[in-house]
Amino acid sequence: MPDNPYLPYPVRIQQIITETEDRNLKTFKLGFLNKDDEEQFKYIPGQFCELSMAGKGEIPIGIASSPTEKGFLLFTVNKTGVATKYLHNMDEGGIIGVRGPLGNWFPWKEMEGKNVLVIGGGFAFTTLRSSIVYMLHPENRNRFRDITLVYGARSPGLLLYRKELAEWEKRNDIHVHITVDATDDPDWPYNVGFVPAVTEQKIKTSENSYALVCGPPIMIKFTQPVLEKVGFEPERIIMSLEMRMKCGIGICGRCNIGDKYVCKDGPVFSLAQLNELPKEY
Amino acid sequence: MSDKVIKKEELPNVLKILKETYEVFVPVKEKGFYRFKVLEDENKVDLNFTNTRLSPKSLLFPQSERMFEYSLDEADEDAYVIKEPPKDYAPTVVVGMRPCDAKALRLVDVNFVNPEFKDPWWARRLESLTLIGLGCKEPCSTCFCTSVNCGPFNEEGLDVLLFDLGKNYMARAITEKGAQLLKLAGVSEDATSDLNKQAEESKAKAEKQIISHVPTDKLKEKKAIDLFDASFWDEVAFACLNCGTCTFLCPTCWCFDIQDEVNKKKGDRIRNWDSCMFPLFTLHASGHNPRSEKVQRVRQRFMHKLKYYLDKYDNGVACVGCGRCVNYCPVNIDIREVFKLMNET
Amino acid sequence: MRYTDKIREIAKKILADKTVDLIIGFKRGTLPMMTEPVTVRDAEKTDQLYWDSFCNMNLANYLPKREEKIGIVAKGCDSRNIAVHIVENQIKREQLYIIGVPCEGMVDRRKIISLLGDKEAKEVIESDGEIIVKGEGFEHALKRNDYLQDNCMRCMHRNPVIHDALVGDLVEERKEPDPYDDVKDIEEMGSGEKWEFFLDLIKDCTRCYACRNACPLCYCPTCFVDESDPQWVGKSIDPTDTMTFHVLRAFHCAGRCTDCGACEQACPVDIKVRSFTRKLNKDVLDLYGSEAGLSIEERPPLDTYRPDDYDAFIR
Repeated sequence: MPDNPYLPYPVRIQQIITETEDRNLKTFKLGFLNKDDEEQFKYIPGQFCELSMAGKGEIPIGIASSPTEKGFLLFTVNKTGVATKYLHNMDEGGIIGVRGPLGNWFPWKEMEGKNVLVIGGGFAFTTLRSSIVYMLHPENRNRFRDITLVYGARSPGLLLYRKELAEWEKRNDIHVHITVDATDDPDWPYNVGFVPAVTEQKIKTSENSYALVCGPPIMIKFTQPVLEKVGFEPERIIMSLEMRMKCGIGICGRCNIGDKYVCKDGPVFSLAQLNELPKEY
Repeated sequence: MSDKVIKKEELPNVLKILKETYEVFVPVKEKGFYRFKVLEDENKVDLNFTNTRLSPKSLLFPQSERMFEYSLDEADEDAYVIKEPPKDYAPTVVVGMRPCDAKALRLVDVNFVNPEFKDPWWARRLESLTLIGLGCKEPCSTCFCTSVNCGPFNEEGLDVLLFDLGKNYMARAITEKGAQLLKLAGVSEDATSDLNKQAEESKAKAEKQIISHVPTDKLKEKKAIDLFDASFWDEVAFACLNCGTCTFLCPTCWCFDIQDEVNKKKGDRIRNWDSCMFPLFTLHASGHNPRSEKVQRVRQRFMHKLKYYLDKYDNGVACVGCGRCVNYCPVNIDIREVFKLMNET
Repeated sequence: MRYTDKIREIAKKILADKTVDLIIGFKRGTLPMMTEPVTVRDAEKTDQLYWDSFCNMNLANYLPKREEKIGIVAKGCDSRNIAVHIVENQIKREQLYIIGVPCEGMVDRRKIISLLGDKEAKEVIESDGEIIVKGEGFEHALKRNDYLQDNCMRCMHRNPVIHDALVGDLVEERKEPDPYDDVKDIEEMGSGEKWEFFLDLIKDCTRCYACRNACPLCYCPTCFVDESDPQWVGKSIDPTDTMTFHVLRAFHCAGRCTDCGACEQACPVDIKVRSFTRKLNKDVLDLYGSEAGLSIEERPPLDTYRPDDYDAFIR
């Protein structure tokens, strides 16, 4: 981070990829304007940044790229408010700012030597993509045992990173279970069903495993009992929370759950940690 | 450094000397209440005030502050690049800050300057400030500073503490910075042992005069989640208007918002005081709001002050007992009663 | 006070016979000259209810969107705001049991505090048109009528306009010739002078929105100042934005404001917020002969369309 933690690094939009058929999700590939900034920017999968649009403000967005991917950062942004709408309308070559990396990360140390189950739903798949790319990288793959992915969206057109999913599907060092809530495509080659149901069907053991779970509240609500049934301990069910944020560094005061700031003490929490906190998120 | 004496008639002269080196802030009564303003006429300084209506936190943390600026003009080489404008950190003296308000700055400091991140504006302003406190010889019935690790002559956070002893002030340097300032201002006459005794008596009398006491002893051991789920919040919150008065007057409320404001091709990034009383404070872009109900917001304010802060920093509660919220809540939600509920229930 | 017993008695009865589910009233404050709005649901707990000359908040503020059957204590102005709420569909008349309080004006706590300077009132007793203020080494007997809230000094509707019970005999309404003499002083200013007057008026505004939140009229789910898309008003304390807030809020209250004074009583920095709303009240009275909340039949004039309107542009 620069000396002033509120000051964003200037970056250029190198590429914009429309991810979903409803065009509400776009991935922005960003390159640093200054080489020094790029070298200073060291992140770990699970962290996020404040994307900073001059005149429109800042938005907290998970980093979708992996630190093993050099020379750029990826952010997948859902069009919801003023700043995201503006960003969606920007062109390649445009200048924005990036402030970060912010927050904590998935428990990589603890997960070493373990099986990792990744469960994602809808557009909450960004830092999970980062995590999978990171784990599959030749330098890291041996640090983890079996890697399993369950990822679902409402329909095929709403899945993120479809090309990569198809590639992962072909690999033999990751088990991939893609699912959609429904589809009218008779040739759909993957699963149909909600994420919790597919999880129940495919995941039979929690032995020596961690689960990383990101998705809409409803998915989390119904996936949690499935994981508990297979024997996942709350300490090993890892989630990433969203909250309205401004400063991103634990100072401005709005994103707390109990005495934890989601921006600084999170966004990654284990279910065990969340169980100790007020249900106010 | 031994305690010094300033004769009241010499105070203008002392202030005049300070004015040459420092920007000097003093309490000024304007439109019916006191606020800290830049000293204009040292002969008209009036230290016979109870306290300022708003806490002096704005001296370090203005209600609205420009953080950054940028150009949106494509013709500019660095269009859209966010930059920090130069700021003024001239050495500043505040004369007459009440001990509770000085203590509050210490409580807030752990938020703005934490092990990982330092708020540069808060930190630099704090460095540039020298605080001359004025002990409270006549505390109000709503003051409860002695219950919350503070007191009418508490020294924490101050550089100099003044004791008002009739014809004289006794000046006690608390920090090296304070000692330097007294030296610079030519305050060199040692206080007599008699004056010293008077000061101690004034302090003891003031402490005794504090009639409001709040219990805090059980707050630490209670579980946050039990207090969060306690049954009394609906009753506490009913009358609340969700106006931000308590948070805006409070010396320990620090929450802020960040907003971009654009005028033609020039833009500023501004931070403004914000309040956990406002529904907008936690509203997600998606429309979801974890604290959509009034009772949740009222609970948040008290839980933050009396429990979360305590748990997070192990630095006592985030309240100095100044009584501002007690006096100015339009519907009489009295934090002293909430202390009792949280501590005793 | 004489009204307190009567309020308790009525409340107890209507809770006990299940006429209502809860009572919204006042309880004694923790400070002299303060009261706190409170709900009572249990007939055995009606002793909490209390009345004195410092019940200055407008309880109608707590009504919108409530589902229960409610007994509510209401002064003249409160009752007019209840009428506004009924007309504007914020609450139903059938849901309410209005305990009307004939009002002789609320005493302004801040006027008394300001009179005392750096002295503090430790005890305040009301008796027979006098307010006895006691503190360390002093005791003042103040004439109640000299220390009324500004709005109460000019109030023309002290009796509740709708009620299901009364806690005392109706009081005589004032017959002052001109309740708007203060507005006229502002009207007579030149436009530059007016601008300066209003800029100075809001100089200390902290944008805490206490005035808005204390106002029963301000029940919009999202106030225009909180709207982010589009953002109508900046959020700093730039005078232009602050002025925009006050002026737009006042216009939103035009023809609906009962001049209850809650806005001024809530303001933490003593801004005379009513200087905005009163001009509009006067205009609505002059132009439409209407005062807010006097009937539950009639919609506010600026919210009314009539095919026979005498102005051609609107027909």
